[in-house]
Amino acid sequence: MSENVFTLNGNEVDFQPGETILEAARRHDIDIPTLCHLAGATPTGACRICVVEIEGAETLMTACTTPVVKGMRVLTESPRVVETRRTLLELMLAYGNHNCAAGQAGGENWTAYQLKAQEIDGDALCPAWGDCKLQELAFRYQARADRFVLTPDSPPPELANPMIVRDFSRCIRCGRCIQACNEIQVNRAINYGYRGSDLKVVTPGDFPLANSNCVFCGQCVEACPTGALVDSKARYRWRPWKTEKIRTTCPYCGVGCQQWLHVQDGRIVRVTAVEDAQPNQGRLCVKGRYGYDFIYSEDRLKTPLIREGEGFREVSWDEALDLVAERFKEIIAASGPDALAGVSCARSINEDSYQMQKLFRAVFRTNNIDHCART
Amino acid sequence: MTNSFNEFSRAKMFMVIGSNMTEAHPVAATFLKNALLRGAQLIVVDPRRHKLAKMADLHVPIRVGTDIAFLNALMHVLIAEGWYDKKFVASCTVDFDKLAATVMRYTPEYAADVCGVPMEMIRDTARRIASVKPMMLCYTLGITEHTCGTRNVMSTANLQMLLGNIGVECGGVNPLRGQNNVQGACDMGALPNVFPGYQKVGDMALRAKFEKAWGVDALPAANGLMIPQMMEGLVDGRVRGFYIFGENLANTEPDIRKVEHELASAEFLVCQDIFPTETTRFAHVVLPAAAWSENDGTFTNSERRVNRVRTASAPPGQAKPNWWIFKQIARRFGQQWAADSAQEIWDNEISVLAPQFGGIKYHRLEGDGLQWPCPVEDHPGTCFLHQDGHFTCGLGVFTPCDWTPPAEVPDEQYPLVLSTGRRLAHYHTRTQTGRCEGLNEILGEETADISPADARAKGIAHGETIRVSSRRGQVAVKANLTDEVPAGMVWMAFHFREACANWLTNPVYDDITMTAEYKACAVRIEKIQSDR
Repeated sequence: MSENVFTLNGNEVDFQPGETILEAARRHDIDIPTLCHLAGATPTGACRICVVEIEGAETLMTACTTPVVKGMRVLTESPRVVETRRTLLELMLAYGNHNCAAGQAGGENWTAYQLKAQEIDGDALCPAWGDCKLQELAFRYQARADRFVLTPDSPPPELANPMIVRDFSRCIRCGRCIQACNEIQVNRAINYGYRGSDLKVVTPGDFPLANSNCVFCGQCVEACPTGALVDSKARYRWRPWKTEKIRTTCPYCGVGCQQWLHVQDGRIVRVTAVEDAQPNQGRLCVKGRYGYDFIYSEDRLKTPLIREGEGFREVSWDEALDLVAERFKEIIAASGPDALAGVSCARSINEDSYQMQKLFRAVFRTNNIDHCART
Repeated sequence: MTNSFNEFSRAKMFMVIGSNMTEAHPVAATFLKNALLRGAQLIVVDPRRHKLAKMADLHVPIRVGTDIAFLNALMHVLIAEGWYDKKFVASCTVDFDKLAATVMRYTPEYAADVCGVPMEMIRDTARRIASVKPMMLCYTLGITEHTCGTRNVMSTANLQMLLGNIGVECGGVNPLRGQNNVQGACDMGALPNVFPGYQKVGDMALRAKFEKAWGVDALPAANGLMIPQMMEGLVDGRVRGFYIFGENLANTEPDIRKVEHELASAEFLVCQDIFPTETTRFAHVVLPAAAWSENDGTFTNSERRVNRVRTASAPPGQAKPNWWIFKQIARRFGQQWAADSAQEIWDNEISVLAPQFGGIKYHRLEGDGLQWPCPVEDHPGTCFLHQDGHFTCGLGVFTPCDWTPPAEVPDEQYPLVLSTGRRLAHYHTRTQTGRCEGLNEILGEETADISPADARAKGIAHGETIRVSSRRGQVAVKANLTDEVPAGMVWMAFHFREACANWLTNPVYDDITMTAEYKACAVRIEKIQSDR
């Protein structure tokens, strides 16, 4: 048996040297809740939700920052741990606007609770409803929002940019957005500002995002566990229980990021990154995340067109394709196949380029087929 | 790319030359920046002091179009000081002597003069790249979009072979490709000299293979025309029928007036696209196509990774998948193509005909896709090429290259260099990003980026509309005063039609690839005198 063992909820399990309690527990399928922990970033222990009880330790320790030591005895859901987590959650619920009222659900199950909320879907419901880590944990630990005195109303949300809504009233100061910006994307647009109860996530000078270094990659939105940061384009449109997630590849640069298309009533309403996927490992840029709605533009070509004078006439596929074939045949007959030339598309799928070069080579009999790789 | 994006964050040193990665390949840049946070070194070689250059340990601001002189001088120092990988050179390469003979002429003194950087900076760069192994070299269009583009690329490969940085993790020569599927379009043989999988059309045995597979005889053996030749052919009548699929040539090619004259000369022009564009104005037939998320299929990224594209919604109106359209035209020529979906095209034709894709089938692409070469179905794919110094052609061949200046250099009449590229919030000619809510708010118009020094000399204020002219044309555009641009340079993109850089760019090409010199032409800037 490996030397590196410790006791996790009464069971002896192995650990890798340097591994934190959180990492070891997750590897052994023990679910320790987290809020501030962000994969790929330095653990901070800021939210303290991952606290666990370690035999011999006076205080509870945060699992995300505490390395496992040989022989350590750890309890992840002891009564003391559960009570502490509930109190932490109740403090968070009391601070700011968390009107989802998770704790008032009584004995109802999560599904019934969500179904009830869907009936009142609209602007009254938090835009992160059903996709909120705080809400989920408040329900799990039956935390009540009214145990502590609620703080007065926060300032209205920042809407002064086209992509990201910042609603400080729903911010729990976990710092995930700061880590996503500084450690994952390394754009360094936001950090903590002010002190004590005034603590806030700010840009340098506390200006709106539009007047900062922000490049609107939206990684902070993806990292936010609550409704403090929301994609403007998806706000009050995207509801997780109504969408189907489809994995695809980004249509812009050559990195080939993996995306989730959130499709609702046959339309993409939001795009997020596929966690842990190659090559982008959960990251997107401004175009990948927010550049999807061109496909629904009214400008789209919808019908084959044939030139008529200065304009075009709408025609059937048969008429258009017959004309193309007829003219190409005439040209080949009169001037040979090399009088035709074609340019394929570096944006479209492989199979389209394959078909086009096959059309030129096997049907027209010319190698005059190229695309923009050379430019 | 010889290597992969997932190696970036583990790399120890980077040389980024001619790549503004943070804007053109933002997510790739995040991995590079992660490596910097972990202590990796970064050398940026670029005329512009862009964001990545500001994060670099060393920024070498060479003059536009002097890459070969700079790279040769680095190799000069490496060889003169004995700082190159002698074992790799001896065992994995040929023609070192030829390289040495050429680069010996490129002394740091000479290169310093050509490149406009201090001699000591060249020596310092050589010292740094020799002291950390491996070094990962990344480049983009700053290397290729020159009349000497092919030699620029060869020079980056020479450098990496000399340093023994090929065939290893976190090393290699890594061109970041501009478009989502430009790698794939090459792989698929949408090129005038190769079938899918880079199989040469001039090879009789390969032609026989494709003739058998496609059920035809006498496939053409001669290489076809490249885009600039096609365009010229429209004017001289050599090309009578032109089929443009998903390209907006009227905005993307250098010298828009020339391009539009060529397109207007087309006897019969077919455009297949998702939007009306500046190019479809010249069409005789326009065919409406399905877009990105209206297709099932595959894209291949810069690191040769074949990944799935999936349908989220149906195309509008009568728009159809592109592969379907091509199939219908083939049918009108009496050819019945069997494949009736992208999957059938890939599984039954592409992966059968191109050896690199032999092991790639749709059922294997459900997760993170596969990186070619992947010859058989139990092959895991290939993260980095030329492992252990085994090159495709056996040994790595050093190809010595001499520096030549851009075709058009500044003179009294046009005293500034115009260099062009892409900006973060938009993509190419904005046919797509211009129609996405919010992106126009982030970047709503083109600017001419100029140095504060040049602005001062002309009395130009930040945000003032100025005239930029070249021998091809002129545009009125807002001046953007920025320290990213060195004195003597104007930098513009081609996202907006009215102030598109391609009204000004020079239609001159690399001899071999016919890539246009988008990165260098001569211009002048002037204040626009108001009527008041």
